[in-house]
Amino acid sequence: MTIFDKLMQLDRRWVFLFLAIVCVIAYASSFEVPILVEPEVRSIFQFIDTLPKGSVVFVPMDYDPGSMAELHPMTYAIVEQCWRKEMKVLITALSQNGPGMADQAIRAIVDSLKVPKTYSGVSYPAREIVNGVDYVFLGYKPYPAIVILGMGQNFRLPFPLDYYGTPLDSLPMMRGIRNYNDIACAINISGTNATDYWISYGQGRFGFPLALGLTGVSTAQYYPYLGSRQVFGIMGGMLGAAEYEELADNPGDAKDAMRVQLPAHLVIIAFVIMGNIAFFVTQRKQKRSQKEGGR
Amino acid sequence: MKQQLPRIIVLVFGAFLLFQFFVPHESSEWIYEFLLDWIIIIGVFALAVGIWSLFNVHVEKIKTRKFGWKYSYVTLAAFASMVLFGLTAQNGQEWGWFFPFLVTAVLTVMMIVQAWASKGNAKLFLIAAGVFGLSAALIAWLDGSWSFYFQTAAPLQSFMFRRTFDNILVSLHATMFSLLAFFIASAAYRAFRARNVMASLLLIAALVVMSRFNPYLEPLFGEKVNRLSNWLMNVPNLAAQRAIVMGIGLGMVATALKVVLGIERNYMGKG
Repeated sequence: MTIFDKLMQLDRRWVFLFLAIVCVIAYASSFEVPILVEPEVRSIFQFIDTLPKGSVVFVPMDYDPGSMAELHPMTYAIVEQCWRKEMKVLITALSQNGPGMADQAIRAIVDSLKVPKTYSGVSYPAREIVNGVDYVFLGYKPYPAIVILGMGQNFRLPFPLDYYGTPLDSLPMMRGIRNYNDIACAINISGTNATDYWISYGQGRFGFPLALGLTGVSTAQYYPYLGSRQVFGIMGGMLGAAEYEELADNPGDAKDAMRVQLPAHLVIIAFVIMGNIAFFVTQRKQKRSQKEGGR
Repeated sequence: MKQQLPRIIVLVFGAFLLFQFFVPHESSEWIYEFLLDWIIIIGVFALAVGIWSLFNVHVEKIKTRKFGWKYSYVTLAAFASMVLFGLTAQNGQEWGWFFPFLVTAVLTVMMIVQAWASKGNAKLFLIAAGVFGLSAALIAWLDGSWSFYFQTAAPLQSFMFRRTFDNILVSLHATMFSLLAFFIASAAYRAFRARNVMASLLLIAALVVMSRFNPYLEPLFGEKVNRLSNWLMNVPNLAAQRAIVMGIGLGMVATALKVVLGIERNYMGKG
């Protein structure tokens, strides 16, 4: 049995083992991966960066803990950028397991704002982020399509109270905010099909600027909306999150994870190439032996 | 009448919502908002049906001793615990008798499940459920260190709810999703073989998109891979996805019209 035959019958556990070793070594090593930024990520950053102080950025966090590794860094980078620039953030979580996670993310970002930081050479002082003043977390309601349509009429329709049980009318930030006409943009960070509803029932019907933060596997399916300008930007998977962190000069979990993801991708590419070489060689051998048998 | 009434309701509301979209009058908006409220209310009933279904499926599994039936106990116990964590919160720093309450309350649910699932000893389990239930109720009544909250969101911020969510559910979900990476790697190794022209195209497209914006491959291929990858995403992918999206959209319109006009009646349980 040649090495090519062995490669053709390779037990998948060897692939698992090799990938695991590469991931562990990459994670344990300390090196920085240079990040190349795509235009569709840059457009989101630039849109938010040019918004005036006090603008309301709507961040629907429609994902479960399963896609947290890819999508949480996007939420962190965007919300932190908004708060450093003194904008207001409106948050919902239209996925069943989303609210607890969104709440956890809000607490972590609020804590990170308590220390002064410098991004791209600009110093930002420490800020105390206040619930109801700098942000409102609306929480979860079932049936995303209906909730999205309802918020188009009035946020108070599906959410008379916020996640913490406070009536929306008693929150200072919600004064003058009725529906999508009062937000600067929505950045839907999603690991579910809620994105379809945001595009069809949200942007399609009410026409607000919409950008998407998606898991790597679902990114390709939303490119048509970028082409038709229904969305003004897309962040795809861990790479998209890392690109946003790079632009915001706020390195976080995504940039750190690129140390693992890129070598892992190279391993997969190497395996695919090896598999194809083995496939061609064994096929050639089979054809030759068939020819010889025919004589 | 059993057939006619649902069809009339669907026709009236379907036609109304279709025309309402084009009538931006205050009264039509008001009715629309009212209907949106109703959809959410109906949705809550669906949630109750879902919970009942979960309970029923697992009890049935225990009853018939189907493969993995023991895990159904874990599911139901975890379900009962999370419901309790989501409805209770500490009043101060002390836990008091919360954990004995939790154990007795979960045991009550388990005894009810067992009574339901058992073929002969139902009475015995029901008595046990009664004893545990009474103990749980007594603890809840006497212990002042924690309370039930049905009207406020206080339990969502409670220690137990947060800890179980952050340290159990989040970790479990993340682990399951992480394992996917290994299966994708193995599947890619086996599936991406240049067996014919179409498979070769798929293989090349996959390799190019996987290599896009990879800084390690930049010195080898320069900007070419990125440009090719962007072209693949923005031209062939876009064309195919658009065709799919438009096909789905037209299909949805056709199905909606069939439902409104009473041609499609599967939603009533019969074709």
